[in-house]
This record gives sequence, C-alpha cells and structure tokens, in this order.
Amino acid sequence: MTGDEAGVELKSFAAEVGADGPVAVVGGRTHWEVGGHCPEETRLVRAPAGVRGFDPADMTIRVGAGTPVVELDAALAEAGQRANLPVLAGTTVGGVLAVGRDDVHALGRGRLRDALLEAVYVADDGRLVKAGGPTVKNVSGFDLCRLLVGSLGTLGLLGEVILRTWPRPAVQQWLAGPCDPAELRRRLYWPSSILWDGQMTWVHLEGHESDVESEAQLARSLGCEPTDGPPPLPAYRVPTGALEAEQSSGSYLVQIGTGMAYVSEPCPVPDADPAVVTLHRRLKSEFDPRGRLNPGRDPLAAR
Amino acid sequence: MKFRKADPLMRDLRRVLPPDRVRVAPLERSLMGRDASIFEGGQAGPVCFPINTAEVQGCVDAARHHGRAVVPRGAGTGLAGGAVPLEEPVVVVTTKMNRLLSVDVDRRVAWVQPGMINLDLSRALAPHGLHFAPDPSSQQVCSLGGNVGTNAGGPHCLALGVTSAHVLAAEVVLMSGEAVVLGDPDGWVPGLDLRGAYVGSEGMLGITTSIAVRLTPNPPAVQTLLLAFDTVDAAAQTVSAVIADGIVPAAIEMMDKNIIWAVENFVGAGFPTDAAAVVIVEVDGLPGGVAAEADRVAELAVEWGGSVRQAADDDERALIWKGRKSAFGAIAQIKPNYYLHDTVVPRTRLAEVMNQVYEIVEEHDLQVMNVFHAGDGNLHPLLLYDRREPGIMDRVHAAGSAIIEASLAAGGVLSGEHGIGIEKRDYMPLMFSEADLDAQARLRRAFDPDEMANPGKVLPTGASCAEVNALDKVPEGVWG
Repeated sequence: MTGDEAGVELKSFAAEVGADGPVAVVGGRTHWEVGGHCPEETRLVRAPAGVRGFDPADMTIRVGAGTPVVELDAALAEAGQRANLPVLAGTTVGGVLAVGRDDVHALGRGRLRDALLEAVYVADDGRLVKAGGPTVKNVSGFDLCRLLVGSLGTLGLLGEVILRTWPRPAVQQWLAGPCDPAELRRRLYWPSSILWDGQMTWVHLEGHESDVESEAQLARSLGCEPTDGPPPLPAYRVPTGALEAEQSSGSYLVQIGTGMAYVSEPCPVPDADPAVVTLHRRLKSEFDPRGRLNPGRDPLAAR
Repeated sequence: MKFRKADPLMRDLRRVLPPDRVRVAPLERSLMGRDASIFEGGQAGPVCFPINTAEVQGCVDAARHHGRAVVPRGAGTGLAGGAVPLEEPVVVVTTKMNRLLSVDVDRRVAWVQPGMINLDLSRALAPHGLHFAPDPSSQQVCSLGGNVGTNAGGPHCLALGVTSAHVLAAEVVLMSGEAVVLGDPDGWVPGLDLRGAYVGSEGMLGITTSIAVRLTPNPPAVQTLLLAFDTVDAAAQTVSAVIADGIVPAAIEMMDKNIIWAVENFVGAGFPTDAAAVVIVEVDGLPGGVAAEADRVAELAVEWGGSVRQAADDDERALIWKGRKSAFGAIAQIKPNYYLHDTVVPRTRLAEVMNQVYEIVEEHDLQVMNVFHAGDGNLHPLLLYDRREPGIMDRVHAAGSAIIEASLAAGGVLSGEHGIGIEKRDYMPLMFSEADLDAQARLRRAFDPDEMANPGKVLPTGASCAEVNALDKVPEGVWG
C-alpha cells in the first residue's frame, strides 16, 4: 500500500468516527471489558489494518492500528525482528496499546509504553492528529504518545502507529522452580522476565547461546529447571502494591519489575490521589469534552 | 524593574524562604536570564532557591497570588533556551535540592531530588553495581530535574532508551500549588501515563521536586571499538549496516575529520587524524554476546573499508570516551563560538543527510564539525563562528534553518534530546499541523490551565509570543 492510499484510509477512518455521537473503536474484543463497558448505543468503528511501511534497517514499522498483533509479529519475524507488544491471538496493535498491558518479557525487553514512536489518531472533533515522530529518538514537543498508551481510547482513537522494533534473540529459554524471585533478579544480569506466583518462579533468558547457557546454569543453582513456558496470566491486572496489601484469595502472578500483578479474582486497588483524579478529569475534558470517545471506560478503573 | 523588600511579591516569597534564598540582585537575575543556549537577554524576576517540596509550593503559591509566571530551573545547561525567563517570572532553582533520598537495590529504584547532578547519581550507585543509564555529554554538570524536563539522552541511550524510560515516578508541584506523584516507583499504577506525559515537558506542566529513577545493572563485559574510515559515507553506511545486522550496541558515536583533529590536539585520545570519520561502537552485556557482536561490528567495518582498533583495557576505553566527551571543549581552539544543532533522521538516511549538511554549510561559507549519536540517527552539527564577525549570525541561522528543513524532509524530527524551548518553537509548524499543536496545548492546559509554568516555550502560539520575539539580543533570523 502506498503512503497516499494509507492516507486515504486514515481520512476515511476519521470520517467514519465523525464529529458527533458516542463512538468506540473495536480491536479483537479480547480485553473489551477493561476499564468499563461502553453503553449499547455506542457506535463501533474499526481502525485501518495492515503493514504500511517497514525498512528493517531503520528498526521501525508503520502499521494500521487495526492490524492483528500476530500479523505484525509475522512481518517482523521475517526480518529477524520483534516489537515490545504481547503477541496474543486475536488482539490488534491499537487494542494492545490502548489497554496498556506489558508483554511478559517487559523486564528485559522494555515496556509497552516505550514502544510507540508516533501515533495518528482521530480526535473528538473528527480531526486526524499526529503525536510523536517517526524516529527512534524524538523530543519535539510534549510526549502525547506516552499518554495514549493505556488510555483505553478515551483521548483519541488510534488509526496508525509507528513502533520501535528490536532484533529477535538468537536463543531463549524458560526455567522455573521454587526459588526467590528477588535473588534471581539480583544474581542474573538481564533476565527478560521473572514471574512469581507466591511459590514458584518462572524466569526467561535470551541472547547469545553461551550467555543463556551460563545464566541458565546460575538459575539452576538457585533451584530452577528448564520448562516450556510460563503459566497463563490470570484475568485481572492490579498494581503489585495492591496485591501486597490485600493477600488476594485467588491465585496471582507477579510480573517482577513492571509493577503489574495478575489476579484470578478482582481485588481492591487503593484509590488514586485526588490530584491525580483531577488531572484525569481535566485531560478528558480537554481531549474529549463531550465524552464521546469510548464512553463508559475509565483508565483509572483499568485492571 | 527593581525589586524592593516591600514589594508584595517579595514580601510573600520571604515568608516562604529565608532572605538569602530569595535573590533579586541585578547580577543574580542577570545570570538566571540565560542558560547554555545562545539566547541572551532573558529577564528573571526574583530567583528562589527552595530546599524542599513545601518551599517550592510556597514559591508557586506566592507567584500565583501575584499573577506571576514561574520558570523552573535546574543547572541551566539546556541548549534550547527552555530555562530562559521571559517577562520577569519567579525563577525556582532546584540546585539546592540535590540529595539522594533512598536506594532500593532489590527493586532497582532510587528516589533523588531534582538538583542532583546526573553523574553524581551513578557515582553514588557504583558500590551497588548499578547506574543511571541516560548520560548526556553534560552529565558532570546537568541536573536530574533538568534531564526529566528535557527527556535527556546521551550516547548510552541507544539500546536503553532516553530519560523517560528510566523515570518510574516523579513528585511534581503543579501550578495550583498541589504536590502530586505521577507514576509509581514499582513501575505501574492504573490510569493514564501522567508520568510519561510529564517527562520532556520542559518545565511547562509543573516543577519536579523528587524523582524515582530506574537503576540499570552495570554490564559484566564491555568492548569498545574505534573504527576509522576514509569517507564519511563509509562511516555512515557502517552504522546502518550494524543496525541492519540486528545488533543494537550500547552506543554508536560518530565524529568527522575536523572534530577528530581538534580533539586529538586537545586531549590526545589516540584518534587517527588522517581519517575522514571515526565511529565509536560500544557493546556491553554478557561476555558471549559482547564478543560475538564486537567481532561482527569489526567485520562490517572492514567490509566498508574501515580500520578497527579495539580498546585493550579499561584505560584505553576511558581514553576513547574522553576524546568523545571532550569534543565541545576542543572547539575553542578553532573558533570562539559554536551553535550546536540537534535533529534526528531515520538511520537509513544518515549518509544522505550528512552530505546535505556539508553542502549547506559550504553554501553559507561556514565551518562545521559533526560529533553525534549516529546509532539513533541523532545529528549534532556544530556550526563554528566568531560572533564579532559582522553578519556572521545571519549565515549561522540560515544554515541552521536549512539543516532543520533537510532533516524534516528526510523523514526526521526537530529535536532528539535538547528539546524545543524557544530555539525551535517557531519551527514546530514544520513538523506538526494546527490540530497536532492544538492537542499538545490541551495537554498543557490540563496540567496548567492558566499557562503559568514557563510560558512562551515549545508551543508557537502561546500568549507570550510577543515577549519571546522581543528578547532584545536574539539574533535576527532565529525564527526562520
């Protein structure tokens, strides 16, 4: 697809969103309930999909926000690259960015919030707005991209994004055992993931073959053994602080180093500071004064 | 304007701070009238040196009560005029808030005050085998609060990302006078990423009073290679080839012939003075990957006709970095003044845009030196001049404008790490549409509805536009 064609698609997406009435963007509906429910009368739209531009030597990729993450990952894999998005069947790039859940490897590979370089979104008045820039480094103006990641589409509807990409690791390995996650983090140089369910710890290593081997040996000396992969993440995300306070009754999995834990049963999360709540309210009223974008959703309630 | 003790604003500020920390002497206000940018003639009002959050809140409350703007200021090393005060605002200097508050080694997080010097933090962390990754060239003098304000970078941000990726939370005093923690030291809290929106906001959303920074483990192995090339083009192509090969080194820095000569003459770093360009590549991590990547980088350099020298030990490595980090000081041997530009281009367009930079500089009959973060595509052309030469500034600014335009035309951006400040404020419409800029203004208003924090910066249609343009010593042509 040429840049002109992608531009036409974006304009048509903006026209579909329009300037009036409640509207929500649908991704893969895999995390549709996160942060609240859209009222029934909400009009649903879909963002453009497909890879728009990818030069492996730049290590950036431009895709429609409606692109399935699996398709993004396949395009990148052909060039030996990846993006810091969780690769889950059925999810879309825009949906993953809007929900803001990190990939399980975020500890070593980097946070989802840092993956987004540029976004073109449809604002509340139906205009297309560009945030950020196409290069891996950019401090031109305020960093709206960070604000969009995890915003549940309440500030603007993502149409197209540019993501930073990284080389895929040569070798990778999961290990697990009843070991202390803090000890693993202290002793291993750069684990890409450490997950802990209160008893078992899973650790992911990646990189050069000899390094993975030596680090795996170290992990084994601390009580871990090779395993196929981590357990599935429980359904609800909470800040690790809430978990420590509550001692959740159901099962949980802490994603070490990200501040995120996953719990099988919802547990109370401490209220946000009133000044933080005020900032949320003001941002919403600046970006979407009529409350038409993804109504019913609240990033503060995102779990 | 003179400030007297009986002035109501002064009276209120002195209720908050002792007299020796609210200064109005002409010399102090004149010093605070500028930063490390080329912009002179800023007008500071009372200059305040708070030592804690409550005092910062008191300064903001007093300023708001008297309808005065507030300009936060760290070490004043910014290069884009972000800390240049306009219209005699209350200047809040955070240099006396310079303590390391706590270090949690297991969680890899430290709370620091904003006035702490960047390098002092990494020095304090050395016994724990940890460091703070962003390392701007000014790291011996720049403050962490300033790093947050500009979302600062540095050579070692190639693999690890710029300041935003290393700030977990910040305590901020808003212009309402409230103190609020944005983000969370553990790494996530439900809600919008206010932390991310705040980092890089150039003092226009509030004043940073403490920062939770992410700590990075020191790498077990490091190899530093000095690659020398007969042409700039071969050097730039090698940089692209390394990235395209799937290697993201810790740093890739490039220096061209003129700066190599100046540095060599200045510190004797062992750089080959007959080379058209050198590229410093540093790979770090675990020993296996480091050795493999260093070998591969060397192979690629040779394929592009380069010669390779690998630092044999820590001393040689330190010497190579000394050469790189002494570059700006070395320039004084050639010309008394320089204007350091900062744009970014896609990595694959590096060679092409560098050639354009040389052509632009030749057209304007100037000298240029290039020393920059090549791995990110972050160009830093230094235009050399002697400001006593009549008419020289017109040429310097015309060449600067042309470099910015060439970078944007290649798909690049206005700034990679210095920020917009007043320097590039009026270039913003070259990169952003009216709707894009309107969105940025909305963010600003959500935090600071009265536009009281550092007015006149970044956004080109601010209320203080006329005052910015009235800076009496800003050379003509700055505004394109």
